[in-house]
Amino acid sequence: MQLIISLIAGILFGLGMIISGMFNPYKVLNFFDILGSFDASMIFVMGGALLTTLIGFQIAKKRGKTLTGGVFHLPTKVDIDKNLVIGAAIFGFGWGIIGFCPGSALPLVGAGNVKVIIFIASFITGGYLVRLMNKARAR
Amino acid sequence: METIFNFTGIETSFTPWLSIIGGGFIGLSAVLLMMGIGRIMGISGITNGIFTSANTQDRSWRLAVIFGIMLSPWLYFLFSGKMVNIDINFTTPQLIIGGLIVGIGATLGGGCTSGHGICGNARFSSRSIVSTLIFMSVALITVYVTRHVIGG
Repeated sequence: MQLIISLIAGILFGLGMIISGMFNPYKVLNFFDILGSFDASMIFVMGGALLTTLIGFQIAKKRGKTLTGGVFHLPTKVDIDKNLVIGAAIFGFGWGIIGFCPGSALPLVGAGNVKVIIFIASFITGGYLVRLMNKARAR
Repeated sequence: METIFNFTGIETSFTPWLSIIGGGFIGLSAVLLMMGIGRIMGISGITNGIFTSANTQDRSWRLAVIFGIMLSPWLYFLFSGKMVNIDINFTTPQLIIGGLIVGIGATLGGGCTSGHGICGNARFSSRSIVSTLIFMSVALITVYVTRHVIGG
């Protein structure tokens, strides 16, 4: 059951990326190009997503447990630490260069786009490098 | 140098209704994952988690989400007759560097647009609000510099 729910959630997410056009890095980059080829679409995507999620999460919270009778695995960190701030800046910089984030890239990966597969492989490598760095620091 | 800094964009159209509807689908997916199995629809976290998973059950739901996203263009094709694809004029070095930076940033910062930008903000998480404000502003500045200062 867990797997079916996860699969459907993934499908809905991907369809959302496709319908909204967010799989297209130029739509994302043009959103940030406020003094150039500005395309306001992304704020409407985020608006639609946030509205749905705001309502849905409140309903989930009220239920107290998941549809499968389990607990909610919510993030436990609350403090705004160095890693959050630096990570967000680095992410924003990369996003501003390439216009892809992993969510928007995955539908194209599924469609077999080689360039985007290169992006995702690099994304995964980047994550791996951070874990490597954390391990080295912990010694 | 020139192959890395080729920042020519292409024009795109403003599509408010498709954006809202698509956003609704994305929100719905996040609600389903939360209501269904109590998990955050944060793609960076889900992807990274595949490699750090302690057990098969944890890895399985993550793989199912990722597989679902990759399946979506085929379902879209069944319904619309159109296969999503796009002519991307990014060079391989750009894709690698961009991917690495996005991967490092998302992993260090604990999430990306879906994790912090949508789910985190919907939970009124101050970490996510701060993260979103930072990555949005930096992306804006980056695009400005690459398109209007360095030039395309």
